Amino acid sequence: MEPGEIHALLGENGAGKSTLMNVLYGLIQPDEGEILVDGEPIKIRSSRDAIDAGIGMVHQHFMLVPVFTVTENVMLGAEQVRGGITGVLDRRRARAEVSEVSDRYGLRVDPDAVIEDLPVGIQQRVEIVKALTREVDLLILDEPTAVLTPQETDDLLEVMRSLKAAGKSIVFITHKLGEVKAIADRITVIRRGRTVGTANPDASRDELAAMMVGRNVSLTVEKAPATVGEPVLEISGLVVDDERQCRVVDGVDLTVRAGEVLGIAGVQGNGQTELIEAIMGLRPAQAGTVTLAGRRTDGWSTKKMLRAGVGYIPEDRSVDGLVKQFTVAENLVLDIYDREPFAAGLALKADAIAASARERIGQFDVRTPSADVPVGTLSGGNQQKVIVAREMSRPLKLLIAAQPTRGVDVGSIEFIHSQIVHERDIGTAVLVVSSELDEVVGLADRVAVMYRGRILGIVSPDTPREALGLLMAGVTPGESATAGSGESPTGPQASEESA
Amino acid sequence: MSETNSGADAPSPDKSEATERRLAKETAEKAGSRPEPTEPRRALGQLFLDNLWAANTVTVTVLAVVLAMLIGGVLIVVSDEDVLATFGYIFARPSDAINGSWTVVSEAYANLFKGSVVDPAAASAWIAGEGGWQAVFAPISETLTYTAPLVFTGLSVALAFRGGLFNIGAQGQATSGVILAAMAGFLLPLPPVVHVLVAVLAGVVGGAFWGFIPGFLRARTGAHEVINSIMLNYVAVYFLAWIIFQGAVHDPERTDAISKRVETSAQLPRLLGSDLRVHAGILLAVAATWAVAWLLDRSTLGFELRAVGANPDAARTAGISVTATYVTVMSIAGALAGLGGANMVIGSTANALTPQVVAQIGFDGILVALLGRAKPWGVLMAALLFGALRAGGNTMQSVSGISLELVTVLQALIVIFIAAPALVKAIFQLRAARAARLQTSLAKGW
Repeated sequence: MEPGEIHALLGENGAGKSTLMNVLYGLIQPDEGEILVDGEPIKIRSSRDAIDAGIGMVHQHFMLVPVFTVTENVMLGAEQVRGGITGVLDRRRARAEVSEVSDRYGLRVDPDAVIEDLPVGIQQRVEIVKALTREVDLLILDEPTAVLTPQETDDLLEVMRSLKAAGKSIVFITHKLGEVKAIADRITVIRRGRTVGTANPDASRDELAAMMVGRNVSLTVEKAPATVGEPVLEISGLVVDDERQCRVVDGVDLTVRAGEVLGIAGVQGNGQTELIEAIMGLRPAQAGTVTLAGRRTDGWSTKKMLRAGVGYIPEDRSVDGLVKQFTVAENLVLDIYDREPFAAGLALKADAIAASARERIGQFDVRTPSADVPVGTLSGGNQQKVIVAREMSRPLKLLIAAQPTRGVDVGSIEFIHSQIVHERDIGTAVLVVSSELDEVVGLADRVAVMYRGRILGIVSPDTPREALGLLMAGVTPGESATAGSGESPTGPQASEESA
Repeated sequence: MSETNSGADAPSPDKSEATERRLAKETAEKAGSRPEPTEPRRALGQLFLDNLWAANTVTVTVLAVVLAMLIGGVLIVVSDEDVLATFGYIFARPSDAINGSWTVVSEAYANLFKGSVVDPAAASAWIAGEGGWQAVFAPISETLTYTAPLVFTGLSVALAFRGGLFNIGAQGQATSGVILAAMAGFLLPLPPVVHVLVAVLAGVVGGAFWGFIPGFLRARTGAHEVINSIMLNYVAVYFLAWIIFQGAVHDPERTDAISKRVETSAQLPRLLGSDLRVHAGILLAVAATWAVAWLLDRSTLGFELRAVGANPDAARTAGISVTATYVTVMSIAGALAGLGGANMVIGSTANALTPQVVAQIGFDGILVALLGRAKPWGVLMAALLFGALRAGGNTMQSVSGISLELVTVLQALIVIFIAAPALVKAIFQLRAARAARLQTSLAKGW
């Protein structure tokens, strides 16, 4: 690492990027090898050692106390005291320090704001401020853009540039190729714990992706134009309140037709989860109607929905998708165990279940030692394939896929995407919800953008990213950018107002 | 910050658990945690079960029994005044203390064996043609008699456990079963075979109803089945105490708390002649074990039950009605416990209702289910062990003069040695899981 360099660390899920950085930050002890800082080998046994060596880290999970102010959070662990032994906290000095650091690097953070009131993008900056006040020279950012809107991501890249200008080095961990190309000075690709190579940012996306996975991967989902048929799922005026009586879905109208993929884009937590759960009968709706192939289904049980030809890939596979203690074979019949040919009356037909499991394991390329191992022992990608296999191996009218490739390796992503497109091509209506914009845009024939429980617009997947990003941040094309930003949960304007 | 959220909320047992988890998850997402599938919050019960199974069952069980008997031996020595006196001069003459201890302990355990398995003296007498075969089989007969009801209550608790529910109400369900079975036994004038079937069925209905109530309350209102089933235990026990004195039930020739006698036509047939107490209840118990094993492993209902027990969220998402499963599980569990109760009055143990008619079979059933690792055939073996201890305890008390309570202590110790490590581990894993979530977020980036 050079001073004033932005070094991107690129690799698939599970490649070892974060592990490497955790070694640097002293959270994990290395078995072999050494770390050199300014040419000298050092031992980092704890994060305290790392900070002393000038290394700071911003984790994916922010380490902030929600009810404390920015200043208090920055002070935490390095409290300034005055008054000698009485140990009175010197808030004023800490506050001045926060303002100073935040001004110097253009971070625009209000030192008196309470963390839980701040949007995600600003909280991340608080983490950066926290690291900077410890006077670090090397800052590790672990997948910092995973939860940001495109605008927030741009702002973050801006902050990174100003840090670089101030001579700080940054290690930027990600698996998003676009960001890497936009900001990095040097790119190191890691695969299965080894450095595969170093590349310059002018390398093409395809080259980088090939280095990451070790073979050529089709990043764009290949698909023919959709042959659109009759409406299959019609939602009108759907209103859903969550457990806290907060309105999370606020009058959604949507139509999904046979043979098309409707993608719902949006930052996590804008009502997508609740919308899907309400359609599936997992959550009561307060108002509105849901129609499946001409029949009103609101008030139907989940079982009835599944029986009516709805395939459902839930967004959280460990919690909602699989019973981890059950075998692969059992999970493959989790929602059809009581139907022909798997059951006769009250009795399960073990042979039929085993035979079908073998067939589907082959068909969906599930890598498992056998159909009788607990599904929890498989990798994330293979667990997800079990769910996909289960939902797609019966005739469907409608497929609902929520975050179908979350936490899944690139190879499995490709496979799952091709299966979803295949389902579309045989005339199934498909509804895809994903917080990965690339995924939505790649799969969908139409993109609905959801923001704060409403559908802000339905656009073509060819819409420029900037326009989609603005929609995701709640700015509709009709409004001017400034008018919209007041409502926006994020963005630089908001922080300026509060600062 | 997501860690503080999910870590702070205690594993609340009611149905809002899923809600809480989702809330915590949402907060985590809004707060900007990584978009990765969260590890499902595992219920204490499931963790406990996993730990119970993780141990090598045969070795651990044998060790637990041996350890319990060692401690039991110490208790025997301590409670024997004569032997204790020899310890006063142990340094002067240690042989007295050691020999005395050995004698009293070995005799006690020998009598435990003679009372539960076989008395060698009776066996050799029979071989020599000097005694009847009844004396040889009497200990086994006693053991099986005590075993039968424990199998039913053990299965009841085990089945509920597999469905993710703690059925602490087997005692109440057995009581409810015994009341109906007994009343069917002395109120209905029916021909022999039909009468016994009706009495058994009455026990099933009584227990099922008593199990249905907490299951229904759990499904409908989220009220925890542990609290409700414990409360219903009291209701059942006091209802029994009351109904014994009612006109149609109370034995008119007695003034104490005892009901009329169950007619012989309603009693389960004895298997080895009228001198030995073993009756058809043990056959029913084996059949019930087989039925529960089939239900769990080979039926759609068992599939639902296990899915709900292991991950109610995934079960619900797959269209399984978690609430309906809770009601069904508790009703079947209640029915099994009710059968256990019926055994106590239409078998050979008693033939009339008294306040103590079901003894402690419901509570012992919890121990049996734990010892049997909540698996049907394991429950049968555990019940056999407990039945043997109970039968042998009677002999030990009458011959060696050692209190029957020692058997209770032995039972408790065995279960503690088996269950406590699992429980302790489960508790520590819950904490470890929280710590691990914090740690993964630091140590893992995706």
